[in-house]
Amino acid sequence: MSTVNEPQDETNAVADQEIVAAVEEAAAENAHELPTGVQAALELKKVGKTFGSVIALRDISLRVDPGTVTCVLGDNGAGKSTLIKILSGVHKPSSGSVTLDGEPVEFSSPRDALGRGIATVFQDLATVPLMSIWRNFFLGNEPVSGPKALGLLSVKNAKDVTKSALKQMGIDLRDTDQPIGTLSGGERQAVAIARAVHFGAKVLILDEPTSALGVRQSGIVLKYILAARDRGVAVVFITHNPHHAFMVGDRFYLLNRGRLLAEFERGKVQLEELIQAMAGGAELESLAHEISSIRA
Amino acid sequence: MSFLTNTSNIAVDERVSRTPWYLKTLRRPELGALIGAVAIFLLFTFVDTTGKFATLEGAAGWTDFAAPVGIVAVFVALLMIGGEFDLSSGVMVGTSGLFAGLLITQLGWNVWAAIAATVVMAAVIGFINGILVIRTALPSFIVTLGTFFVLKGANLAITKGLTGTVRVSGVDQGDGFDSARSLFSSTFDVAGTQFQISLVWWLVITIFATLLLTRTVFGNWIFASGGDANAARNAGVPVNRTKITLFVMTSVSASLVGIMFLLRLRGMQAGQGVGQEFYYIIAAAVGGTLLTGGAGSAIGASIGALIMGFAAIGIPYALWDQDWVSTFLGVILFSAVLINITISRRAQGGRKK
Repeated sequence: MSTVNEPQDETNAVADQEIVAAVEEAAAENAHELPTGVQAALELKKVGKTFGSVIALRDISLRVDPGTVTCVLGDNGAGKSTLIKILSGVHKPSSGSVTLDGEPVEFSSPRDALGRGIATVFQDLATVPLMSIWRNFFLGNEPVSGPKALGLLSVKNAKDVTKSALKQMGIDLRDTDQPIGTLSGGERQAVAIARAVHFGAKVLILDEPTSALGVRQSGIVLKYILAARDRGVAVVFITHNPHHAFMVGDRFYLLNRGRLLAEFERGKVQLEELIQAMAGGAELESLAHEISSIRA
Repeated sequence: MSFLTNTSNIAVDERVSRTPWYLKTLRRPELGALIGAVAIFLLFTFVDTTGKFATLEGAAGWTDFAAPVGIVAVFVALLMIGGEFDLSSGVMVGTSGLFAGLLITQLGWNVWAAIAATVVMAAVIGFINGILVIRTALPSFIVTLGTFFVLKGANLAITKGLTGTVRVSGVDQGDGFDSARSLFSSTFDVAGTQFQISLVWWLVITIFATLLLTRTVFGNWIFASGGDANAARNAGVPVNRTKITLFVMTSVSASLVGIMFLLRLRGMQAGQGVGQEFYYIIAAAVGGTLLTGGAGSAIGASIGALIMGFAAIGIPYALWDQDWVSTFLGVILFSAVLINITISRRAQGGRKK
């Protein structure tokens, strides 16, 4: 707790230490054997993206393994959104290459990426609030009964599958008929994750899934991230919260101003280091100093 | 950090109770309209001076008014659930009747051929509406308001230019008129009372639209397109195609009503249908369809149309001045929407949306 908490009073330091210890303990409990020598599910090599004269991303290389959680950390403006859009097929990279299961790929659209097993759960755009849970769950993948041309929904089947698929992910909902907008933010994210996993996503990209949520709600989402990981999905967890990342992450990439600033692996990094690196050690130190001078 | 490691109790949230059956009923979008319809029926039965309102004869009267409104209102409701408006749906009734009428009287077409051509014409105009809305990304309110005025002017100008009057007449001279009329504009007997065949069309179309909305993949796409077009696209829903199809359906349903009027009246006024678009929208809104899209029901729109039928027949039966019909409908619209919103907020657990 050296540099960060030095100017603060002792109780604060103790409280912070408790949080850090708790996060590290949780991270240890969530740890699992990292698969070794496997083919990366998704790999970026020296990917760059420019919009006109603006360089949004430069030389980004990262790999996402099946059954692991890869965290992409960065502050606002670090280039996280651009990176997601490249991964999910919205943007094409200006330079560099993307490989999926070892094959070089170029996604023509988000639909194309989805078809190849890359599902993206966008922060606010994952579900349609007024529609029921089961309708949301099957949106775009509706189960049909009878002649295909008629497009008749097998409603009973859809409701049952929704219920059991959510249950497998540990989400127990009594009534899949209620509008999904009546669920809490965490539950909605959880349904979106369960949906992606159910429909066979190999790579699951989560865009700031915990940013608008409270502590307990975030916990729910983190739990489902691990559930997806344990089912062999390569999870890309994009966040600006190092605590959340540290609890579930296997590999950490730090973005800053469009560049890859650092790369860490689980077990070889402390939460402290992660926070420091993310905030930029010197900046955080001067901020702490400023705050203490205001207090005084 | 027990919230992460000991999560067995998270999924079962003790604060969420099971959904009781009455809440499920309250969530139905058409409930407000149904309660309103019963109340208005009782009101007009009570103030009726002829003693005929609540009889078969009265029913023949109010369904005669409600059916042509309901046939289009059902599809206007689907379109509104899909997040778009069609202000040209009223004038399309006139355009279709005039188009078919002119083909029959000016070009000597067979009535059936003219009907087929009219349906195709209506589908094309609906398609143009849809394409314009999607391509320009302008609000459909503006685009279809434009179509409305273009058609309104064309109806008058072309009819006057070809016939020298503001009316197409003499359709009953066309080949196939009788057989077409028996399908689209005849009457049928129920215990000695003559009902319009449009009632049957209306019922069949309401059932069709309800199944389409609630029991098909396309119905799921309608809800999603209107509820959140971005989320729907992210999930792989063809939002543009869905919306264009809805515009086509709305336009074709209006052409059906235009053909019915043409055959029934054996002719068509150039101004027919203008102003009806608001009846359709009112019926849809009264029936629980959200003006912002994403929720609603086809049955609700039909109940809304039925309420209009009650008012159109009940007000003269009560010997009130007929001029008050619109005022009455205005009040109904306002109170029904208010009731619908209040009920659905309650049913959704007080969440304001």
